[in-house]
Amino acid sequence: MQRKRILISGNEAIAQGAICAGCNFYAGYPITPQNEIIAYMSKYMDKSGGVFIQAESEIAAINMVYGASAAGARSMTSSSSPGISLKQEGISYIAGSRLPAVIVNIMRGGPGLGNIAPAQSDYFQATRGGGHGDYRLIVFAPGSVQEAYDLTQTGFRLADKYRIPVMILGDGILGQMMEPVKLTAKKNKAGLRKPWALSGCRGRKPNIVKSFFLREGALEEFNISLQKNYQLISKKEARYEGLNLLDAKVILVAYGTMARIAKSAVSQLRDAEKKIGLIRPISLWPFPQEPFKIKNKKLKYLVVEMSYGQMLEDVQLAVSGRNPVEFLGRSGGGVPGEEEIINKIKKIL
Amino acid sequence: MEKIFTKPESLYDVPTHYCPGCGHGIAHRLIAEVVDELGIREKTIGVAPVGCAVVAYDYWNFDCSEAAHGRALAVATGIKRVRPENVVFTYQGDGDLAAIGTNETIHAANRGENLTVIFINNAVYGMTGGQMAPTTLLGQKTSTSLEGRVKEKHGYPLKISEMLAILPGVYYIERVSLDSASEVLKAKRAIRQAFNNQINNLGFSLVEVLSPCPTYFGKTPKEALEWVKLVMQKEFPLGKIK
Repeated sequence: MQRKRILISGNEAIAQGAICAGCNFYAGYPITPQNEIIAYMSKYMDKSGGVFIQAESEIAAINMVYGASAAGARSMTSSSSPGISLKQEGISYIAGSRLPAVIVNIMRGGPGLGNIAPAQSDYFQATRGGGHGDYRLIVFAPGSVQEAYDLTQTGFRLADKYRIPVMILGDGILGQMMEPVKLTAKKNKAGLRKPWALSGCRGRKPNIVKSFFLREGALEEFNISLQKNYQLISKKEARYEGLNLLDAKVILVAYGTMARIAKSAVSQLRDAEKKIGLIRPISLWPFPQEPFKIKNKKLKYLVVEMSYGQMLEDVQLAVSGRNPVEFLGRSGGGVPGEEEIINKIKKIL
Repeated sequence: MEKIFTKPESLYDVPTHYCPGCGHGIAHRLIAEVVDELGIREKTIGVAPVGCAVVAYDYWNFDCSEAAHGRALAVATGIKRVRPENVVFTYQGDGDLAAIGTNETIHAANRGENLTVIFINNAVYGMTGGQMAPTTLLGQKTSTSLEGRVKEKHGYPLKISEMLAILPGVYYIERVSLDSASEVLKAKRAIRQAFNNQINNLGFSLVEVLSPCPTYFGKTPKEALEWVKLVMQKEFPLGKIK
């Protein structure tokens, strides 16, 4: 693919990122605000030699992804909050069967049917596994359309590398807004060899893709092996962006769309010579611990979210009581604005 | 001397975990014999259900996947679309295929997925302790219909095969039974047909197998076979449906 810049939405960038990463199986079900992904995949999967299926439900879509991944494909499904709730059964099975897959959640307001306004209220569901059982997903939260494109590709690479489901967690604003994107097809198209995949047992013993361990002790052994994988990922794959951390008196912590607004607030406050920094977690699981180890007793953190405090708990865990952690959040369609953030900072400075 | 009867290569020589008189062992073997005879063991991928047959892959000597309860046909769709050169089949019970997975079943059939479905109908939930199934007969006693299935409370036994037969995407449906040696041979012919259809790219093929569950029929193995023949077949008549 040529290196060129195109103007596309966040949803389209995720779809194009998937295709550039060699995604050859997509199944999905329509739901706002991520419909551009399913439309884009419908338009381009055939051309790129992949399989596109509009499934009868979110549940069927994630289980088709399970099957395609079991057969060795690079597979993806996408949805928005209520649809992601439906997919949790399948995500748990994918995690339990050590299958790679990429799952996109372009979050909208909840609980229930909620609304179609942007939100970040699925953070707990995304970072704590979401379905039944003791498992994790790698969760990436892009902050721009370019990053949505890039992280989707990274997501496919890591899904294969660690045999783990990867979630791209955006919100309605990121999904809908358009920005120029530089296309940079990474050299990970072929993916890894998958000797565990189902392909017919010619010349080898049969492969079994399963998450059922009935023999006494077998499930515990398996779960310990999952935990070892998670420890390795925690060590190697935490990602964040840090801004003005060294001299900061208050560090804002925000991800995705919220981090863009927080960044504007930081630059306004810096212009006014206030010492404000920003930590933008890019991976929500593993949650980046490193930037919270700053030794400065006077430092305060301000977590800003489009929720009533979900990432807040991870920040509190990372800070471990060393510094005060304040919070500003809205949800149900409310988005904390620059002025709200600035006012809050002035209060706690 | 010519050997005229042997264990199929597609079936492991292992002790069974199924109850005495259960139909699963026969059905597993019929599939293994057909896979051997068609010479497709090395390209077959089975999808095991949730239920008593969840560990079917402990008996079959070819690639297999599990699927969540009811989702076997969605999983099989994913596998087959990625690997159209392989032979992909699901093995599902009545609860799996006709209750929790009805949606996946109907839509895979309606898309005309080129898959083979072996549908084991024993009119009861076995693994969980003999509860009422979608195919439980009127009057049949189960642990969740203690006085017998009553149409006013529980509705009617679901004839999913007849329902599927009206879909243009469906190529072949036949109902067979394991109640006697002659019926077992007919069942094998139907299973062979359903695999052959897939090999010839003819589309969605399903064999409904009426199968005894003596444990939750509350009968001896012999009585269970008689019940399948004399009672179950009245509600679920044998033969080619499509």
